[in-house]
Amino acid sequence: MAKITVNGEVQEVQLPLTLTELIKQNNVEQPEMVSVQVNEEFADRTEWDGIQIKDGDSVDFLYFMGGGSAIDN
Amino acid sequence: MIDLTEEQIHRYSRHILLKDVGVEGQEKIMNARVLVVGAGGLGAPVSLYLAAAGIGRIGIVDADVVDLSNLQRQVIHFTKDIGVAKVKSAKEKIQAINPDVKVDTYYEFLDSSNALDIIKEYDFIVDGTDNFPVKFLINDACVMAGKPFSHGGILRFNGQTFTHLPGTACYRCMFQGPPPAGVVPTCSQAGVLGAIAGMLGTIQAAETLKYFTGVGELLTNRLLTFDAKTMQFLTVNVKHRDSCEICGSNPSIDHLIDYEQPACELKKH
Repeated sequence: MAKITVNGEVQEVQLPLTLTELIKQNNVEQPEMVSVQVNEEFADRTEWDGIQIKDGDSVDFLYFMGGGSAIDN
Repeated sequence: MIDLTEEQIHRYSRHILLKDVGVEGQEKIMNARVLVVGAGGLGAPVSLYLAAAGIGRIGIVDADVVDLSNLQRQVIHFTKDIGVAKVKSAKEKIQAINPDVKVDTYYEFLDSSNALDIIKEYDFIVDGTDNFPVKFLINDACVMAGKPFSHGGILRFNGQTFTHLPGTACYRCMFQGPPPAGVVPTCSQAGVLGAIAGMLGTIQAAETLKYFTGVGELLTNRLLTFDAKTMQFLTVNVKHRDSCEICGSNPSIDHLIDYEQPACELKKH
């Protein structure tokens, strides 16, 4: 088992694991609505499949958030 | 500089008492020019607090009129204002709170044709908009014009904000471009707890006042998010991205873009 940090919280994961698989494991419903940093570097979404998670990695999911005004129609 | 009148010293006494602000900081606030884009959920608390703080000139951009469904969170508008232009309603309240504040109103949408012209009149821009096309427009226009801004977004029970100064991470460094239209939460799925707008808007107002007074550390190169369900706040360090399409070393964007609005965000009128 490897220990990584996801959005500030420690997770134990089984390696090998790609970033795409980690996103799936974390139940990110709409990957299109998330931007991902690995060790404080943004990971281009076209490269998620090829990024292997390593022990000690820190991963951040940043979600798109719009506003609150026009969505009440 | 401005010489404060006795009345102003009294009005702003709780700022002046703060060692980090003082008379000098209050004068900086009174010399400041701030543009608030959107007089909605975020723009309402931002404008109210900036007006109360004595910001010298506040510009407000909004092409909408007040709707009954706005009143659940857009606290600058009252029931009597339904049907009135939001910029007019907001100006009235700002001047009622603080007659010292000069208010410019722009009863129009911010787009690629007017953004740079409007932004250039102000020292700091607050994004209080509700959609991604305008969020990217504000980001790109501010980066191009070298203007600092506060980004804000809210959804359901969550809020997100960061502050940009020239050279620090911008919205495109974090999110390369608007999400594909089809995946944006649909109108029926989304919604927002009214008080979330107040929580996030007051953070944006505080950042604005920190910028002018130089107090503390701004939310630059950090993205603050919170989940009001658990009241957990998370700050993620973010870096300026050298490959950024607008602020990187070899930017590919050299003009403002009007992205299309997803259909569900179009006005019903």
